[in-house]
Amino acid sequence: MKTLRWSREMTLIVLLACLMGAASVLEPKFVTVRAQTLLATHLWELALVAIPMLLIVITAGIDLSVGSIVALSAVSFGLMFERNVPPVVAVGLTVIIGTMLGGLNGWFVTKMRVHPLLVTLATLAAYRGMAEGISTARAISGYPDWLLSALQGPTPVVIFVLVALGTHLVMARTYFGRWVLAIGTEENVSRFSRIPVDRVKLWLYGFSGLICGIAAILLVARNNTAKADMASGLELDAITAVVLGGASIHGGKGRVTGLVLGLILIHETREFVSWHWKQNELNLVVIGSLLILTVLLENIAEIRKNRKLQPVNPASAKP
Amino acid sequence: MKNLFALCALAIVLVGCSGGDAAKSESPTDKPGSSAASESKQITVAMLPKKKGVPYFTSCSEGAMEAAKELGNVELIYDGPTSGDAADAVKLIDQWTAQGVDVIAVSPNDPAVLGPAMKRARDAGIKVLTWDADADAANREFLVNQATPEEIGNSLVDAMAKDLGGDSATGEVAIVTASLTAANQNEWIKFMKVRLEKYPGLKLIATKPSNEDQKLAFSVAQDLMKVYPNLKGVFAISSVAFPGAAEAVKQAGKAGKVLVTGLSTPNDMKTYVKEDVVKSVILWNTKDLGYLTVFAARELVDGKLKAGSTTVAAGRLGEKKVVGDNVMLGGTITFNKENIDQFDF
Repeated sequence: MKTLRWSREMTLIVLLACLMGAASVLEPKFVTVRAQTLLATHLWELALVAIPMLLIVITAGIDLSVGSIVALSAVSFGLMFERNVPPVVAVGLTVIIGTMLGGLNGWFVTKMRVHPLLVTLATLAAYRGMAEGISTARAISGYPDWLLSALQGPTPVVIFVLVALGTHLVMARTYFGRWVLAIGTEENVSRFSRIPVDRVKLWLYGFSGLICGIAAILLVARNNTAKADMASGLELDAITAVVLGGASIHGGKGRVTGLVLGLILIHETREFVSWHWKQNELNLVVIGSLLILTVLLENIAEIRKNRKLQPVNPASAKP
Repeated sequence: MKNLFALCALAIVLVGCSGGDAAKSESPTDKPGSSAASESKQITVAMLPKKKGVPYFTSCSEGAMEAAKELGNVELIYDGPTSGDAADAVKLIDQWTAQGVDVIAVSPNDPAVLGPAMKRARDAGIKVLTWDADADAANREFLVNQATPEEIGNSLVDAMAKDLGGDSATGEVAIVTASLTAANQNEWIKFMKVRLEKYPGLKLIATKPSNEDQKLAFSVAQDLMKVYPNLKGVFAISSVAFPGAAEAVKQAGKAGKVLVTGLSTPNDMKTYVKEDVVKSVILWNTKDLGYLTVFAARELVDGKLKAGSTTVAAGRLGEKKVVGDNVMLGGTITFNKENIDQFDF
């Protein structure tokens, strides 16, 4: 009989099931389609940005600048719109701007050989500062209704599903996916094996920027406003989701399925805690506890499994 | 393969969720008799401050809790972003909309960002109020307004005149405002100028901007004292300009010679009041503001507060005026050396 291997995905599903079970008893309204639909609108920008973050973390890198790229792209979009650039053109240009900002991170990481933590810590501040500067910290609103409604509702969901599914397939089926895993497992060996390490990394940071550009437009549409202080702290949420989803911060490990479950668990936990206890400040505590709980649960499962494999008392075993 | 399957299943669930917009419209009013509710009906009022945990809003919430307790049939939710982040405020409004509370009372920290969420709440049949600060009038039914510009202007000028010697007060006075385009401040200045005519001895000699920058307010006040050696009083009419100007007077050693008056919370100005740099701090009664907001919410659900109403019954505050779509709290309080220690916010 095939034994089922305990994976992070299963831990997350168990936790999610417990949460939703508890929610349906404590707050029946929380588990209705109507409530979930309304609350889900808060998730998509984070969910999108977390996907390239996963790939970067798998290569043992990190991108701390995602929130700032979103803000700078959003503000650029707002300013272009204000100067009567046709919305469709502005959307295209914003995505290009985001990609270039991410690409610049990648360029520093690969060509200058600066650690991604340093590069993106610097651009985290620099991009945010530029967003404040070019917008003079004011809010830019007044977008046409057709644009707002086109970018809300099912649009973000469709984009997310396509990106997630695409990334999953790339990781599971292509050389590129294997290269990403190989780089994170052993970068030097990958270089000697003629894997284009730098090119892969450059692509990933560019991809991160591209997704941030898209997320920026969705965020502007949802809030009807572009402002330089948008999406602050997004990087931490994204990294939390990635780690919760089972990726190793040391690289070489991580799956899209785990990430998606991690995202859903974070989202539902946050919304439920705030719904039930009505204390906004609890949110900060909860995500930390969730991370610890997940790791703990898995360690327990791991220990029990190991216990089964070892004979309990070798001395008492009959010959 | 197992993972791929899990992903697909989730994708279907998520798409299913977001496709539920059509289903949403089926049950817009599942609350029985929401229009002609009896007074004993228990209602839930959700109250959102700009930022949770700051003394100003905490004191408003105390008044709100008092009102909820007094009414007995109001469940009060007081919650807001501890970060002051508008995106977090949106999440809370959406949650309350999903929960189906009866009234959401918002003090919007960013009206443009909160607008769509407030509209979603109204579309779901929830009554939406604003308090403390306003949003787009299309997204709410009433504003619970703490004080009119006229009252604020009058209180500022009256306090200054009183501190400078009553009706016969004489001397040069100046205004340090937020910025020359700040809408609130310009309204106040307009009424201050009118009120100043009542005190012929007081002469307004300058109005200077401080651009919401405490350091700039500090140097503007310094310059004013240099340029006008006979300056007797400074109106510093933003919460940032007030401590800046007071500090300038204090450091120039002119405490008692140049008076500073303005709008602020008592805690921010306590030290200056004790050092005689500031004699009067003007503010509306924050507790009453929270108190009135909850009463207005109750009356709104009961249908007693509606378009065209001219008064609203507000417990210990008595009848309060309704002007257009503004529920007026009215009245300011003046903090001075005698009473400032009784207030802690």
